[in-house]
Amino acid sequence: MKFSTYLTHIAGVKIYPIISLLIFVVFFVLVVFWMYRLDKNEIARIENLPFDDQKN
Amino acid sequence: MNQEKFFYDNKIPKAFAIACIFWGVVGMLLGVIAAFQLAFPILNFSDYFPYLAFGRLRPVHTNAVIFAFVGNGIFTGVYYAVPRLLKTPMWNKALSLIHFWGWQFIIVCAAVTLLLGFTTGKEYAELEWPIDILITLVWVVFGINLFGTIFTRRERHLYVAIWFFIASWVTVAMLHIVNSFEFPVSFMKSYSWYAGVQDALVQWWYGHNAVAFFLTTPYLGLMYYFLPKAADRPVYSYRLSIVHFWSLIFLYIWAGPHHLLYTALPDWAQSLGTAFSIMLILPSWGGMLNGLFTLRGAWDKVREDPVLKFFVVAVTCYGMSTFEGPMLSLKNVNAISHYSDWTVAHVHIGALGWNGFLTFGMMYWLIPRLFDTKLYSKKLASAHFWIGTLGIMLYAIPMYWSAFRSYFMMKAFTPEGQLQYKFIDIVQTVVPFYTIRAIGGTIFLIGVFIMVYNLIKTAKAGKFLASEEANAPVLAKEYVAPANSIWHSLIERRPLLLLVLSLIMVGIGGLVELVPTFLVKSNIPTIASVKPYTPLELQGRDIYIREGCYNCHSQMIRPFRYEVARYGEYSKAGEFVYDHPFQWGSKRTGPDLARIGGKYNNVWHFNHMLSPSSMESATIMPSYPSLYENTIDKASTNSKIHVMRKMGVPYPEGYEAIANQDLEKQANEIVTDLVSTDKHIKISSDKEIIALIAYLQRVGRDIKLEEKTNK
Repeated sequence: MKFSTYLTHIAGVKIYPIISLLIFVVFFVLVVFWMYRLDKNEIARIENLPFDDQKN
Repeated sequence: MNQEKFFYDNKIPKAFAIACIFWGVVGMLLGVIAAFQLAFPILNFSDYFPYLAFGRLRPVHTNAVIFAFVGNGIFTGVYYAVPRLLKTPMWNKALSLIHFWGWQFIIVCAAVTLLLGFTTGKEYAELEWPIDILITLVWVVFGINLFGTIFTRRERHLYVAIWFFIASWVTVAMLHIVNSFEFPVSFMKSYSWYAGVQDALVQWWYGHNAVAFFLTTPYLGLMYYFLPKAADRPVYSYRLSIVHFWSLIFLYIWAGPHHLLYTALPDWAQSLGTAFSIMLILPSWGGMLNGLFTLRGAWDKVREDPVLKFFVVAVTCYGMSTFEGPMLSLKNVNAISHYSDWTVAHVHIGALGWNGFLTFGMMYWLIPRLFDTKLYSKKLASAHFWIGTLGIMLYAIPMYWSAFRSYFMMKAFTPEGQLQYKFIDIVQTVVPFYTIRAIGGTIFLIGVFIMVYNLIKTAKAGKFLASEEANAPVLAKEYVAPANSIWHSLIERRPLLLLVLSLIMVGIGGLVELVPTFLVKSNIPTIASVKPYTPLELQGRDIYIREGCYNCHSQMIRPFRYEVARYGEYSKAGEFVYDHPFQWGSKRTGPDLARIGGKYNNVWHFNHMLSPSSMESATIMPSYPSLYENTIDKASTNSKIHVMRKMGVPYPEGYEAIANQDLEKQANEIVTDLVSTDKHIKISSDKEIIALIAYLQRVGRDIKLEEKTNK
């Protein structure tokens, strides 16, 4: 049995690319949006995480 | 708040660091040998034994550098950085040990089996199925340990380096499993589940993303940890690192088809690969600038500190190769670069510059800390830096030069419309460049030896800190989200969700790319005259794969005038439907073989494989005398035909039982032809060379039959 036969059985598979494009565009917009909303103090704390082991 | 006392283990990072350096030396040494082999074929030692011929050695070199050197480099960084970023020891010591020894065992198995000729014939995934399973198991052990650590952490936020590690782990798992679908024929022999175009697409989806998620994203994780540590200042922009992460893992997975431009791959898939490759410049350069800007106002430190010098060049090389990569995915540039030394130069800017120098920088920073001392000699480290840089230049420049030189020679026509140069003329003019390249590689390796000396001296001067004590408050059960951080509360504090989202990101990219090719029948037009291989040809093909012929010979003629004139009719997708695995190759050190069938007579092949230089004095191809002694493994014919039929190759039911009769008949015919053409030839029909000749005479011929019937 060829591998492709399994995939031909997916119904409506042609819509997959469109859905995925939408998911990604929305996801990107959300990432950028939330990134700008991030709290400055919080950023300052987490970007210093690599240095925490020196303080101990 | 409740402070808890715990210990960071240094033994495992130390073990991985030693393994990384050790395998680095081995892998690079093999690379140097392979490089010299191309300039001096005698170094293949193939007159004495087949094990060190270029076709077998080169996969050991690539696998050693990628999975042994860089792999152990990743684990060194992960086992050092992750506990410190999460304020907890690694979750399970036993799993850490299993991971370490399991990985080293795999490397040894890989080296031994590849040299013995056990290979699947798919680049960077050459290992046979039992080792593939072993890799999966050890990778799962690593994953359990990583996530165990994450779940027992004392720091709510997962620092961006850890995101890169998580995404790398899950994507490598997916790539490895999908690309390794293979049907075992026997212990240590299998056929790829996919055939022809589909196999090519899956392979380069894997191959490209092995570069992305094994050589790039985990090393970006290391960059985001060790660069700030070495510079003693936080990363330039943490916000940028967030965008860098999500956009990089999203875009990378789509770019695979750019390895197959102008091939028989459907056009839409090629365009998809190009489009996403161009977009990749943005996140890649965002990441590079984020790394370099971290040093803003601290460039005076770079002058003093060899660690930072290495990091700066590593990040610059990252930027260079991630600019070059998208450029190479443009069709007009790819026409020049593909199958040429340009690709070799490109990957070595990445491997020597980005992976190599980042690893060296990390080691110069880490080893003194593990041994609680100062680096033995900054001067030697600086010397290593300059020697290494010189090595990279001497490696890359001749390769670029050779690529353009051979391109212009390949496409040169005389005024009468004939090809101006034979392939061998072109080989002859680039051999000196191969020599310089090998010297460049040697210089780079000398630098590594200086590092080894320096680090051993450092370790001897200090005392190994087996563990380091630390204190941190217990993770509060009640989660209080920081201001304006919906994102954080939704995803970044939830490692499993982060894992799943990363998987969805890369999974969809992979699906969209792969599914339609499997799905739409019209993507691969079938050609009626293309028939399955005869049993003898199939055995011959397996010998072709075993000897790693694909490392130097492509089987894919692109639709260019200068290729068609040189090699014959350009390749069609439908020609490869029975090729498990595909053998398109990625580099032409020798000529393309897609239409080799019928080009020369049997005697030519017979003499050529025994002594290539007797047919073509300037050739750099190794000889294959062992093929004249080894007998064809007829016992395997039955199971080979059986497995092929299971995968859809239309051999008649029950054919496996009588296949050897056909095999012997065809072998006798070839021997009769050999002996009648050249009376000096003495060979029995059960020798491997007969099978190989049968295969080579078959390659690319089916379509010629089609032309005949159409006329």
